[in-house]
Amino acid sequence: MAQSPALYNYQVVRQFTVMTVIWGVVGMLVGVIIAAQLVWPELNVNEYLSYGRLRPLHTNAVIFAFGGCALFATSYFVVQRTSHVSLFAPRLAAFTFWGWQLVIVLAAITLPMGMTQAKEYAELEWPIDILITLVWVSYAIVFFGTIAKRKVSHIYVANWFYGAFILAVALLHLVNSAAIPVSLFPMKSYSAYAGVQDAMVQWWYGHNAVGFFLTAGFLGMMYYFVPKQAERPVYSYRLSVVHFWALIFTYMWAGPHHLHYTALPDWTQSLGMVFSLILLAPSWGGMINGIMTLSGAWHKLRDDPILKFLITSLSFYGMSTFEGPMMSIKTVNALSHYTDWTIGHVHSGALGWVAMISIGSVYYLLPRLYGKTQMHSMKAVEMHFWISTIGIVLYIASMWIAGVMQGLMWRATNADGTLTYSFVESVKATYPFWTIRLLGGALFFSGMLLMTWNMFKTMAGGQAVDAPVLKAAVAH
Amino acid sequence: MDSLYLLIPISLLIVFCIGLIFWWSLKNGQFDDLEGPGYRVLMDDDSVLMSEDHNARADKEQKSVEHSSHPFSP
Repeated sequence: MAQSPALYNYQVVRQFTVMTVIWGVVGMLVGVIIAAQLVWPELNVNEYLSYGRLRPLHTNAVIFAFGGCALFATSYFVVQRTSHVSLFAPRLAAFTFWGWQLVIVLAAITLPMGMTQAKEYAELEWPIDILITLVWVSYAIVFFGTIAKRKVSHIYVANWFYGAFILAVALLHLVNSAAIPVSLFPMKSYSAYAGVQDAMVQWWYGHNAVGFFLTAGFLGMMYYFVPKQAERPVYSYRLSVVHFWALIFTYMWAGPHHLHYTALPDWTQSLGMVFSLILLAPSWGGMINGIMTLSGAWHKLRDDPILKFLITSLSFYGMSTFEGPMMSIKTVNALSHYTDWTIGHVHSGALGWVAMISIGSVYYLLPRLYGKTQMHSMKAVEMHFWISTIGIVLYIASMWIAGVMQGLMWRATNADGTLTYSFVESVKATYPFWTIRLLGGALFFSGMLLMTWNMFKTMAGGQAVDAPVLKAAVAH
Repeated sequence: MDSLYLLIPISLLIVFCIGLIFWWSLKNGQFDDLEGPGYRVLMDDDSVLMSEDHNARADKEQKSVEHSSHPFSP
């Protein structure tokens, strides 16, 4: 139980919040570099900076460094504020910060060196995997310990989402990263699974990483920061609870849609497709619930750029959770699979949903963590919003067109049954779209630079403050 | 498809665990009030937005609960 004039532990929240922005810049810079490498292949200067090694660095940096830090920061903030207690085991919380930063730095060293498990989104080798496990178990202890010592009997819905995200990621990581180590330097291991088994385990992991890391966690963020910034309760609290349970009961089964038309048994593919389609319902329930929170207060969108980020992120969430189930339909997948359409889909989720909800939440947090009334420049926030939005639109629209074009070129046949186009012709045809994509990515990246400037200006004028824990008497 | 012999039991086990947690939260009264918690989260006095900005906000919106003093006001 908390004592005396207790303060919320904002220290670790501050650390993770600042690193969210820093890693966002780093991860997106690597993204811009690899996008440029596709347009100008001569930018692959040596093996360490080649596309094949930088691409996993980009995905790891944006998902686990940028997204991960955002989730740590917001979950530690939300769980304290909604439980009316300060963090359980503050030293362990500090360990999660330094441990997670070490994981990120190790990733930035080993991936360009070519040390990889070759599992998408789980590339990091076994010693780093062990460190991740230690950090994650500590995270779970801190989070659930805080829930356990809460002063309010009801557990706010955001915490349910965060909790599910923490538990599911622990399980996914343990099962998918099971490997037999062979050497420490260079780090090398072999997966515990082989062939199509490995593929199935990998995409059970891969899809649920999207489902629990990039969706459930950020939905936790949404259910706290959207109502707070809008200063209105969530549209339907009842629906948010239904959303939670529906989502976690159905998400685990959708993975096989990543393996359509492979050696995976047909019935497994179809099962994955059906569950992916079912997922549309809870996803849209949540999206509507979030957006309708503004019902009756739409004018706030006009002059609050933070709210613009949050609400636009929900629109992209709705878009990508519609697009995802559509792409999981086998006939659609026959066209979209292996094309840039997938890349477009991923970025409508990653930039539109994950990054925008995180950016909005960080803009909400920063002034509160540094004792300021608001960000140094709200104009810059507004500008950031528009730069990002235009960047995303350029990115996903160019990838849609490129993807459909590639799919159609690859399947086109002549009357005699031979292929109309060679593969390289489809590559050549894609160049203009890769250039537009590079422009979109560069825009989004420059928005992050603006945010960094704004963050440091906000920090410079303020001082780190920890808010007092709320007295128990606010129960209604 | 040996991996399915691993993944399907794991998934079923998870669904079972989720079911247990659901049952606990039902018994624990987590679903007794499905309106209040949405409002309660707004009433936690976390606006560092005090002093000069405070007035601007107060007349713009009908704020239901105002807390008088703030620890960080200068």
